[in-house]
Amino acid sequence: MKREFIGRSVPRLEDLPLLTGHGRFARAVSFPGELHMRIVRSPYAHGRLLGIDATRARAAPGCVAVWTSADVAEVPPIEFRPTRVKGLEPYRQHVLAHDLVRYVGEPVAAVFAEDAYRAEDAAERVELHIDPLAPVLDAEASDIEPTLIRKEYGDVEGAFARADTVVELELSIGRHSGVPLETRAAIARHDAARDLLELHCATKRPHANRDVIARMLKRDPASVQLHEGHIGGGFGVRGELYPEDLLACVATLRLGRPVKWIEDRRENLMACNHSREQRHRVRAAIDASGGILAIDDEFFHDQGAYVRTHGARVPDLTAGMLPGPYRVPAYRARGRFRLTNKTPAATYRAPGRYEATFVCERLLDAIAHKVGIDRIEVRRRNLIAKSEMPYKRPMEVLEVETVLDSGDYTGLLDKTLATVGWPALQAELRARRARGEAVGAGIALFVEKSGLGPLDAARTRVDQDGSVEVITGAASLGQGVETVLAQICADALGVDYRNVRVVHGHTDRIARGFGSHASRTTVMTGEATRLAAEKLRAAVLDAAEGLLDLPAEILDIVDGRIVRTDVRAAPLLALGELARGRELSEEAEFRSEHMTYPYGAHVAVVKLDRDTGAVRIERYFVAYDIGCAINPMLVEGQIVGGVAQGIGGALYEEFLYDERGEPLSTTFADYLIPTANEIPPVQVLVTEDAPSPLNGLGVKGAGEAGVNAVGAAIASAIDDALGRPGAVTQLPVTPTRLKELLRK
Amino acid sequence: MQLKLRVDGAERTLEAEPRHTLADVLPTHAGCEHGVCGACTVIVDNEPVRACLMFAIQARGKEIRTVASLAACSTAGEALHPLQRAFNEHHALQCGYCTPGFLMLALPLLDRIKKMTDEELREALSANLCRCTGYQNIVKAVRAAAEAMR
Repeated sequence: MKREFIGRSVPRLEDLPLLTGHGRFARAVSFPGELHMRIVRSPYAHGRLLGIDATRARAAPGCVAVWTSADVAEVPPIEFRPTRVKGLEPYRQHVLAHDLVRYVGEPVAAVFAEDAYRAEDAAERVELHIDPLAPVLDAEASDIEPTLIRKEYGDVEGAFARADTVVELELSIGRHSGVPLETRAAIARHDAARDLLELHCATKRPHANRDVIARMLKRDPASVQLHEGHIGGGFGVRGELYPEDLLACVATLRLGRPVKWIEDRRENLMACNHSREQRHRVRAAIDASGGILAIDDEFFHDQGAYVRTHGARVPDLTAGMLPGPYRVPAYRARGRFRLTNKTPAATYRAPGRYEATFVCERLLDAIAHKVGIDRIEVRRRNLIAKSEMPYKRPMEVLEVETVLDSGDYTGLLDKTLATVGWPALQAELRARRARGEAVGAGIALFVEKSGLGPLDAARTRVDQDGSVEVITGAASLGQGVETVLAQICADALGVDYRNVRVVHGHTDRIARGFGSHASRTTVMTGEATRLAAEKLRAAVLDAAEGLLDLPAEILDIVDGRIVRTDVRAAPLLALGELARGRELSEEAEFRSEHMTYPYGAHVAVVKLDRDTGAVRIERYFVAYDIGCAINPMLVEGQIVGGVAQGIGGALYEEFLYDERGEPLSTTFADYLIPTANEIPPVQVLVTEDAPSPLNGLGVKGAGEAGVNAVGAAIASAIDDALGRPGAVTQLPVTPTRLKELLRK
Repeated sequence: MQLKLRVDGAERTLEAEPRHTLADVLPTHAGCEHGVCGACTVIVDNEPVRACLMFAIQARGKEIRTVASLAACSTAGEALHPLQRAFNEHHALQCGYCTPGFLMLALPLLDRIKKMTDEELREALSANLCRCTGYQNIVKAVRAAAEAMR
């Protein structure tokens, strides 16, 4: 395959409507006669719901209906993804609370009115009678543990018995989340003439959501269609099925009018999935030279009030990915998946791994300190060697066996140190510290996972004007899906990427699809697209052979035209001409039983302000091996954006609660998303040293590399600036917490 | 009540209640509805304004400029403003939700950007939030647009 577009930083195809104000975000999706939904939410973290009086609300101007749990008694609690984990079912969330309320923000009633203001007015007249109960706000204190995630291999007890030294840490990661700039939305309508239920704006896994909605509402899946417009960011939280999505669907069916719901920011911060909050007690058995013999981790995962669509996947990922790029001969993790009276939790970009990398890299720093060797040296001694690839780790992640497919971890570490000039940087920082500055550098290594199976499909077809359509089951959350898939199709077929139109997020265009999540799209949908485009190329050449009476072997497709390769001649035929006489359309699917594992390194240089407790990041560097970068500019964009989110979680963002379980972070004045002032210029090195053997292009995913190791790298840098290895044990390192560290 | 506003050089008659904000009546993006994120930024009498913090009625008699005024439309397509072109070329947007707000925030800066240090430019752009890009390409694009317009 020629590579004309793959590997080039070509401009995105999706930008034009977004730049000109034509993006179809939820606010712009409207249907005639629509009703507006407003959710009444529990003001108590825990309480018995004694009754709801909606009389005054129903009489409010423009109010059409008010529903409580009795009105949706036939709707079952919301399903989670199929899993072998047992015991989660009793903890699923109903679309409206019926006997107990379990977090502030839990939906208890739904109001439908003629416009959004009237719906809100009416909602304020709904009277809730709730008898408050004591809330549980700490996972360790909770006695509700729906499941215990266990992963174990090797002789852990034996390793600790014969270890020269044991290093033990207690570490915690704060509660924070994706918080996309566009809040959630659901717009449902029912076409009674064709009995079609449409749901707009729940982007991420359209086909899976279609199937769940169909099952929950007892409809034929073909009578449910999901459509995505533009989406203001996903990051794991957007596009899962939430109570509001189901309520909008039920309401349009029952009230006979389209129903529109748009979340406000306060709701978003207390009702959309939270993530990350974990406390770890981890210990490592090591030999005299700092070699890891075993790691044993027990952690408490604060799931919040209910099990949502991800089930127990986040603690599963933490437990499964914690050993990172290191050779860990014996390993045991026990993840205590506990319920509390907080907003339910699920995935946020690099779910489980932001946490795991923080823990693993804190552990490596602690080992170095204990043994008295350099932070770099301890990593070198424990990294899995290139010669050991593919490296099988005898445990499963997401119920898939772990085989690190390719990698040269030491090679990337060397490139990192060379690019940042690590020895010179150390000397410079020593000199600055000697002058009294609190400056330091941190490094963190990580392994990501991407390309989650089981399969993906794509259909490519040539239209009569020569344009090419690629129909996929992917979703676009702003990553550049259309551009990347167009680049792949363009090279596989022999056309310009600008002539390729990529369809995604519409369940009526393709029967199957697995959406966009888990850094899977470029790997899975990309490979399906390549296979379909190659089949289409063969079909085109076959058709040209018949039409031109020339053997296919001497024909090629260049820039959308059939040319001869044996002699210099003008193009013979355009693809559009060929498509006029016959259907040129091919479909392919790509199956993969294993994930593919990209890897990288983060380096942070920080300066601490002893007076204010602020952490100023002076420099940030990410090296990342992606196997094959389809569009390096977009890969860098993913990484830099991820770093910004990681910095948020490391220094600023935290969902806090008071002792009654009242959320304290319900505005952007309290929940602090970093601005341009807090994010330093980020230097990125994208390498392609270890292509994945699992797909034709060698691609690995790009989406989660930037965020993965930020907490770990910044913690290490702060330690260095303080001159106290192991000082940081908790994220985020807010000014208050840094001041405490400075006082110690 | 009926409200007449001047939007992008044309008079528009809108149906609005006194409590409606400018963000309610214009096709802007709402990100927080309390004036922090800047996704709804429009230009009112040459200054960037958070449309969610201004009542629609307060904009009466003022010149409102939205992102829709930036590109010159024709049947051949849209001729993008240098700022829009720079955002595309420098990959300064991903999901695009903050983009109209950032374009409106940056537009009045273009004249004086030459005298601004990078730190001052970052400070000025820190008025708005972006959750996707990490800002560095936005800073680059705004600088590049000012260069292109010289």
